[in-house]
Amino acid sequence: MSTAIDIRSVVKRYGTATALHGVSLSIADNEFFTLLGPSGCGKTTLLRCIAGFEDVTEGEIRLFGQNIAGLDPNHRPVNTVFQQYALFPHMSVLENVAFGLKMKGVSLSDRTARAGRMLEMVHLSAFADRLPAQLSGGQQQRVALARALAPEPKVLLLDEPLSALDLKLRQAMRVELKTLQEQTGITFIFVTHDQEEALTMSDRIAVMSQGRVQQIGTARDIYEAPVNRFVADFIGETNLLEVTVDRIEGGIARVTLPGGHTITCPTAATTPGKHHISIRPERLSISAAGDLTATVERVVYLGTDLQLLARLTTGEEFHIRLQNSARAQVPAPGSTVALHLEEGAARLLAD
Amino acid sequence: MAGGMTPAPQGNGTGYRAIVGPLLIPTWVMIGIFLVLPVLLMAVYSFLTKEFRGGVVWDFTLAAYDQFFLNRGLFGDEPPVIEWTYITIFWRSIWQAALATLICLIVGFPTAWFIATRPARTRAVWLFLVTVPYWVNLLIRTVSLKFLIRENGPLNESLMALGLITDPLPLVNTNLAVQLGLFYSYLPFMVLPVYAAVERYNFALSEAAADLYASRWVTLREIVLPVVKPGIIAGCILVFVPSLGAFLAPDLLGGAKTFMIGSLIDEQFRGSQGNWPFGAAAAMILMTLVLIVLTVYARAQTKGDAR
Ligand SMILES: Nc1ncnc2c1ncn2[C@@H]1O[C@H](COP(=O)(O)OP(=O)(O)O)[C@@H](O)[C@H]1O
Ligand SMILES: [Mg+2]
Repeated sequence: MSTAIDIRSVVKRYGTATALHGVSLSIADNEFFTLLGPSGCGKTTLLRCIAGFEDVTEGEIRLFGQNIAGLDPNHRPVNTVFQQYALFPHMSVLENVAFGLKMKGVSLSDRTARAGRMLEMVHLSAFADRLPAQLSGGQQQRVALARALAPEPKVLLLDEPLSALDLKLRQAMRVELKTLQEQTGITFIFVTHDQEEALTMSDRIAVMSQGRVQQIGTARDIYEAPVNRFVADFIGETNLLEVTVDRIEGGIARVTLPGGHTITCPTAATTPGKHHISIRPERLSISAAGDLTATVERVVYLGTDLQLLARLTTGEEFHIRLQNSARAQVPAPGSTVALHLEEGAARLLAD
Repeated sequence: MAGGMTPAPQGNGTGYRAIVGPLLIPTWVMIGIFLVLPVLLMAVYSFLTKEFRGGVVWDFTLAAYDQFFLNRGLFGDEPPVIEWTYITIFWRSIWQAALATLICLIVGFPTAWFIATRPARTRAVWLFLVTVPYWVNLLIRTVSLKFLIRENGPLNESLMALGLITDPLPLVNTNLAVQLGLFYSYLPFMVLPVYAAVERYNFALSEAAADLYASRWVTLREIVLPVVKPGIIAGCILVFVPSLGAFLAPDLLGGAKTFMIGSLIDEQFRGSQGNWPFGAAAAMILMTLVLIVLTVYARAQTKGDAR
């Protein structure tokens, strides 16, 4: 598979503030790639650098092998779905979708036909003659999508396109986006701060924080094998405990838990000493003799799950999730339980 | 027009009207006293008979309109032919006003754009600077302009001192001077509404256009101008209408060849030479003309939007 976008040590500074600190990524052709991170981590900045609205301060961006530094946005074969859609308010839906084709010099009849097909694809054929202001938020979002896809860009950039929609619509659009990407074969670079969105749609995810890429991998990689505290905490729910590492050998660490129990677990750290360990709350079970001992403080009913807010005997806060099955033995608040770490519950982090 | 773009408030029938009705009374009173009444007065005067030392006699006649449009010879006994004098003055005025509007637009749009794209803090300063000349009376400003551009005024003196010209440019009493006067008088009326429109413009639209392969020029033509059009139209109307009726700039800066409607009307109400019914008739014709232009325009506009 060829590389669609190659980002090499890109630094972006605004005056004295640095938005991107040496970001490097490689995105394959045809990939659904997601940039995931909290607000302000530099996702939009990176997209804007790819689209050409911002110049990079250092480093370079290659598009199918070509350095695109000197190209203005209107010469980059890349289209964007803007966060606030940015539909042209004075043009009909059809004219909006046909705009990119018109600029590329496609004849009126051809572009009208193609824009019509795009509208069909996003189920908006009936709205072709409306103005954007006469559409709902979800419909506007789909127009923005059709408009960006119509000129058949090599890469489509999507900046939090679903964040303005309500939950039901957002969930439906996730599936639709994924389907569209597979149908068109266009490389998608999707930006979101919503980890669930990222996990459900992406081929690969880059987790970003404070202008740096923390980890790149598939949804499973990132959830099961986070490299550091930021990733472990940002993706899903986890317990972070400070531990002493006795020995690391062949990717397996021997760790002493608070309370004295020793376990072995996979590791992102390479040197012994003080590190943090991530323990996923849903991979714990209550047993007679366990690796950790905790006192339950509160039981929160979540429907499918029960969340136990507990405290280890050594004082750390600790969360446990139990499936809400009929057989579940729910400990009462105040009781002390022994916890058994199941396979894959614990992972030693680099920091 | 700009006003036509705002959606009407969604009232729920009689309850809404019952509340808003009384609240509108002051507005109607104001419009009545300051708009309807003077126009009615003007309309009535245009049908009265002229008195010799100014003023009117209450005899209804069409004499004023007759004088405007028809020529019946020196003693009024020849068969009527079309009187071109006043129509020519009107035509020239429309031309001058249109040209002034165009120049104001060409200069005002980039100015407004510049101000609207400054950081929010400095915008207020720029806007203030644009309005500063308005703290001085229009008459004084126009006289000052005349002083600046006269044969041995500062402009000519400095151009000669710089060696750019050898003889002073005869600027006063030319069309150019009138244009300069109109431009100087009404430029802010273009800048302010265009600024208001550009300030509201969502620059993400320009980025979207560039993203879809539009060059800067095409973006301006296809996206920016159509979106800020209401502001441009408001600016054009605000410059065109007063330019059409202007008399200070043409009087002070122009000569006999640049005589405009404003001066014609102004003259009819001065001293004992005047002819009030004729001045009123000319004012009514001017107003009718302006209303026709605006109506035709508004029609075209709503049709364009209803697409
Ligand atoms: N034009 C700008 N001028 C100055 N700082 C900026 C500008 N654009 C973004 N930043 C800063 O860069 C950082 C990253 O912003 P952004 O890329 O918008 O984050 P995200 O999209 O992940 O929320 C933020 O700290 C933001 O304040
Ligand atoms: Mg953003």
